[in-house]
Amino acid sequence: MNINTTKIISLLFFIFSVFYLYTAYQIQVFAFDENAPFNARTFPIYLGYAGLFFSGLKLILPDPNTIKVEHKSLEYKKTGILILIAIVYGATILKVGYFLTTSLFLFASYYFLGERRWILMFLLSFPFVAAFMYLLHGILDIYLRDPFLQSIGVMG
Amino acid sequence: MIEGILIGLTTALTFQNILMVMVGCFFGTIIGMLPGLGPMTAIALMIPITYGFDPATGLILMAGVYYGAVFGGSTSSILLNAPGVPGTVATSFDGYPMAQQGKAGKALAIAAWSSFAGGTLSAIYLLFMAPSLSKVSLSFRSPDYFALMILGLTAIAAFSSKGQFLKAMMMVVLGLMLASVGQDSLSDITRFTFNNMNLTDGISFVLVVMATFAMSEALTIILKRNDPTSAAKQVSLTELGSIKINKEERIKMYKTIPRSSVIGFLIGVLPGAGATIASFLAYGMERNVVSDEEKEKFGKGSVNGLSAPETANNAACSGSFVPMLTLGIPGSGTTAVMLGALLGFGVQPGPRLYMTNPEIFWSIIMSMYIGMVILLILNLPLIPYIARILAVPKNYLIPLILFFSVTGIYVMSFNNFDIYLMIGIAVVATFLRLYDFPMPPLILAFVLGGLMEENLRRSLLLSNGSWEFLWDRTLTAFILAITILIVVWHIYKTFKKKN
Repeated sequence: MNINTTKIISLLFFIFSVFYLYTAYQIQVFAFDENAPFNARTFPIYLGYAGLFFSGLKLILPDPNTIKVEHKSLEYKKTGILILIAIVYGATILKVGYFLTTSLFLFASYYFLGERRWILMFLLSFPFVAAFMYLLHGILDIYLRDPFLQSIGVMG
Repeated sequence: MIEGILIGLTTALTFQNILMVMVGCFFGTIIGMLPGLGPMTAIALMIPITYGFDPATGLILMAGVYYGAVFGGSTSSILLNAPGVPGTVATSFDGYPMAQQGKAGKALAIAAWSSFAGGTLSAIYLLFMAPSLSKVSLSFRSPDYFALMILGLTAIAAFSSKGQFLKAMMMVVLGLMLASVGQDSLSDITRFTFNNMNLTDGISFVLVVMATFAMSEALTIILKRNDPTSAAKQVSLTELGSIKINKEERIKMYKTIPRSSVIGFLIGVLPGAGATIASFLAYGMERNVVSDEEKEKFGKGSVNGLSAPETANNAACSGSFVPMLTLGIPGSGTTAVMLGALLGFGVQPGPRLYMTNPEIFWSIIMSMYIGMVILLILNLPLIPYIARILAVPKNYLIPLILFFSVTGIYVMSFNNFDIYLMIGIAVVATFLRLYDFPMPPLILAFVLGGLMEENLRRSLLLSNGSWEFLWDRTLTAFILAITILIVVWHIYKTFKKKN
């Protein structure tokens, strides 16, 4: 049997639905709600079965529109690096602060995507983030936590 | 009624009020373009300012901000595939592909004209039908709402093409599963949180939509950079910013706008339904009524596909004022904020407002409408400049899209977990998109999930666990019959194509 990636995704979804359904049955409801026509676990249980039904059908039925992806032409390395930078950005934004992490995130992203116009890269990171931060924090009064700017006395 | 309209117009057309609506439209557009900050936030931000004015001026300023923010949301949907609010998700299905083909200005112009036409037609419906429609909206019960949600989700048939129906249904289930994370609304029991406090409140809409649309789009562009089939079309700035709509496109819009405005308005009148369901249903219906040739263009930059949701979401915005003004029931988050502002001004919406204070009722309606006219006059000349965002090289545009996505989440929650979750969902969505799993059904299901469970709960509790509620009421049975017809029609068409 020729198994294509869509079928593998459907199989993964089927397994996920089994796990979801199992977890749905484990939801603790109040004793008086146990035999009620509808409680906190009713809807998730229906969803779990619906997931099994549709992914099961997708697994069983023939797939006339097989999608073929040319993996060799895909830029996995650059995409991976960008995701990694985003994770580091997410990990540091609260501790270091919005301004510095966002500016560095933008600068690093431009660099890894192949940009080398340093002045433009700088202008579209540090001053750009400062202006954007002024719009959010200064004009719209939306609080942005920034320990770095606080430590150097720029932000109160 | 005529007297009321004239009083409303006289109030709205003073110099100060026109200036206010212009200022409101400008700031609303800017705020609406920022991911995470939709019309609701924009109006909420304006409330303290409006209290400095008399009620009419304050409301007019809010009207400008409201329509400006809705237009701003459509702009980010079309240009960046980053819909900040649920009501503009359907706009991105055809607006974004059209922008990618170098027709960003045209896409924005179609959206602006469709919004305007939708708002105009719904204002006319409002003039004649507001009092009687408030009774209709009250006649909807939980089983009818549940059936309406099922109908909305069935409209996903419109997004699945060439045998992709099962994939779309899997995405619907996944969207509903994501919506079930967090506290149960009635019992407060936590579900699928795995003892993680960050999941107690559930997953936010902005997070899911940014992950599955904006972020995954950015990752897909990087991933397919060397793919010869996805090479970006080089277009001139003049072409990119052109707002010219040709005769053939105008004819398409003339047909789409009236039917989408009716759907939008009627759905908007129902409390809780709102612009999201309206735009999805209008998109789904439009795809089912156009020719087979036009149907093939849906999802690839169809004029009808862009015009329908834009008309419907604006018509629904006006429609949502019916329950708010005539019953005092806010139909959406945005109208809830506006209701609060009205109460702050000492205006008490309800059945008596229309009869005892028609001048206030009509001032609000007229100011909303004038807000829309001013928005069109202000924004059409700006479209060629706004559209040039797409001329920014990809090396800069992609990081900026990621930056806006993360900022949208960060300003909402201030925690790292949401950022990780967004990246995780974006990676999965990118992988799924590679294999043609559609994201719109997932988003629609995610938006409707909570409402659907709520209405199913009420229906089942009221019928003591019996599923007879599905055919007990004529209205419920009628909506479900339409749903079944759509499914049967879809299956019939699929088999017909195969044979």
